[in-house]
Amino acid sequence: MHDKTIAEISAGLQGGKFSSVEVARAFLARISQFNEELNCFITVTEDKAIADARAADKRIAHGTAGPLTGIPIGHKDIFCTRSIKTSCGSKMLDNFYSPYDATVVSRLQDSGMVMLGKLNMDEFAMGSSNETSYYGPVRNPWDLTAVPGGSSGGSAAAVAARLVPVSTGTDTGGSIRQPASFCGITGIKPTYGRVSRYGMIAFASSLDQGGPLSRTAEDAAMLLQAMAGFDPRDSTSVDHPVPDYRASLDDGVEGLTIGVPSEFFDQDLDSEIAALLETTIAEYQRQGANVKEVSLPNVGFSVPVYYVVAPAECSSNLSRFDGVRFGHRCEDPDDLLDLYTRSRGEGFGAEVKRRILMGTYALSAGYYDAYYLRAQKVRRLISQDFHNAFEQVDVLVAPTAPSVAFGIGEKTSDPVEMYLSDIFTIAVNLAGIPALSMPVGFVDGKPVGMQLIGNFFSEGRLLNVAHRYQGVTDWHLRCPNGFE
Amino acid sequence: MDLSIEDVKKISALARIEIEQQDIDGYVRDLAGILGLVDQLNSAETDEVTPMAHPMDQVQRLRVDQVTEQDQRELFRSQAPQVESGLYLVPKVIE
Repeated sequence: MHDKTIAEISAGLQGGKFSSVEVARAFLARISQFNEELNCFITVTEDKAIADARAADKRIAHGTAGPLTGIPIGHKDIFCTRSIKTSCGSKMLDNFYSPYDATVVSRLQDSGMVMLGKLNMDEFAMGSSNETSYYGPVRNPWDLTAVPGGSSGGSAAAVAARLVPVSTGTDTGGSIRQPASFCGITGIKPTYGRVSRYGMIAFASSLDQGGPLSRTAEDAAMLLQAMAGFDPRDSTSVDHPVPDYRASLDDGVEGLTIGVPSEFFDQDLDSEIAALLETTIAEYQRQGANVKEVSLPNVGFSVPVYYVVAPAECSSNLSRFDGVRFGHRCEDPDDLLDLYTRSRGEGFGAEVKRRILMGTYALSAGYYDAYYLRAQKVRRLISQDFHNAFEQVDVLVAPTAPSVAFGIGEKTSDPVEMYLSDIFTIAVNLAGIPALSMPVGFVDGKPVGMQLIGNFFSEGRLLNVAHRYQGVTDWHLRCPNGFE
Repeated sequence: MDLSIEDVKKISALARIEIEQQDIDGYVRDLAGILGLVDQLNSAETDEVTPMAHPMDQVQRLRVDQVTEQDQRELFRSQAPQVESGLYLVPKVIE
């Protein structure tokens, strides 16, 4: 059961081969067997899962089921779930039981999906290794001494280890794609505004975007279909029709022009990763695609721009955690200022504090023009680079990460070194365009991901291009040792 | 970019975050490192570039002035650390 894709589980449920309760029990058994070792879940919602599965079985029996009805899912613990702990990986929200559901959660609930629990993540999605979580690091199923990537580390590791067939994640600077790469699975960050941010705890509001993590592009297409769409409750949600993502999966790539940005393939790129990407590009050429070198001259500024814009927005967003209305409050405050400073000092971990301090500094009087305004201008230049490229090509390819999964503890002493692990993913968030990461091989026994980057609302094309590769390769189906 | 202990104390006060005395040197070092990274932006050519606040330069959507949300005060208060008579309690502000 646990090795099936959601397309296969869906077909089995509709065909009466097994029940949703049986599916849920099979995955819950996997979770109790492996979660202690991997630490993917912060909360397992077993009772709710069985109740949801029973309801799904009724829908299937009554003929009112959709393609996702009865299929298990895990949600990143950044998505608010009503009456279920929503910690965002932080001590600050360790006692928070959300009074409402995120739009993503309610949409998937309405489609009949069965939630198995809430997945571990870097605190407030700030991290690239899942090591900043208040609930401890997640282990990578491909190498238990390595990180799963972050911030959606629990979401990626749980899918790779077959504890859930699919999961939700969020991506502010690479937090879906980089863990997907490190764990050997598929993940897509949609266009900014494609998936509602309502009830998705805010980190950097002009960059945050939710999306699916799955083993195959087809599963990602099925999940994104239900997640995407206009939401009046999110003021930045875009009212743009959602195409049928699954219908275009098999379209040919003949005549497709693939752009290869020279800045991503320079001499600094690991030679073994570069070789795997070249093989992948060659496969597309074999299928009839054209390849063209392009340039993104300002893309090298992405990481510095991001580390002004994201902390600035985070310092503003996280000001809501004040120990008054919800979340952690310190013991016996002397006065109101003491309540604020001590509740925040105790509730936030070191990386969150660093970013709030950095953002506060960048926005403070006398520094705004030098940092924030300047970063917003360079952000425009990076965005224009992509628009210029998309006048010449249909999709761009890029590495997802500069390395395979690194060791737990290897990069925790130097924040800047950790930040550079997102060097290939951040530009896409700054431009607001969609990008997908899919597995294209292994280096040192650990998975390597490649990004497909498209113009606004080209999710269908990206899923199609990934699906065409997955049709002739099996990297995305490989299972880590010990988790078969 | 040079950053002093006093700078970090001032920023943490602005951010309303208490930093333990023994951790301050670490924050000085880490923030200086991040500012060093950010200083690369000085070499970008940004004259006459319009700052970009939103990926699609979207404007704020307006909605009809109609009540759509129900009163859920009781539910929201159930999450608060301290409430009394329907009010959030904090230490006394005015003598």
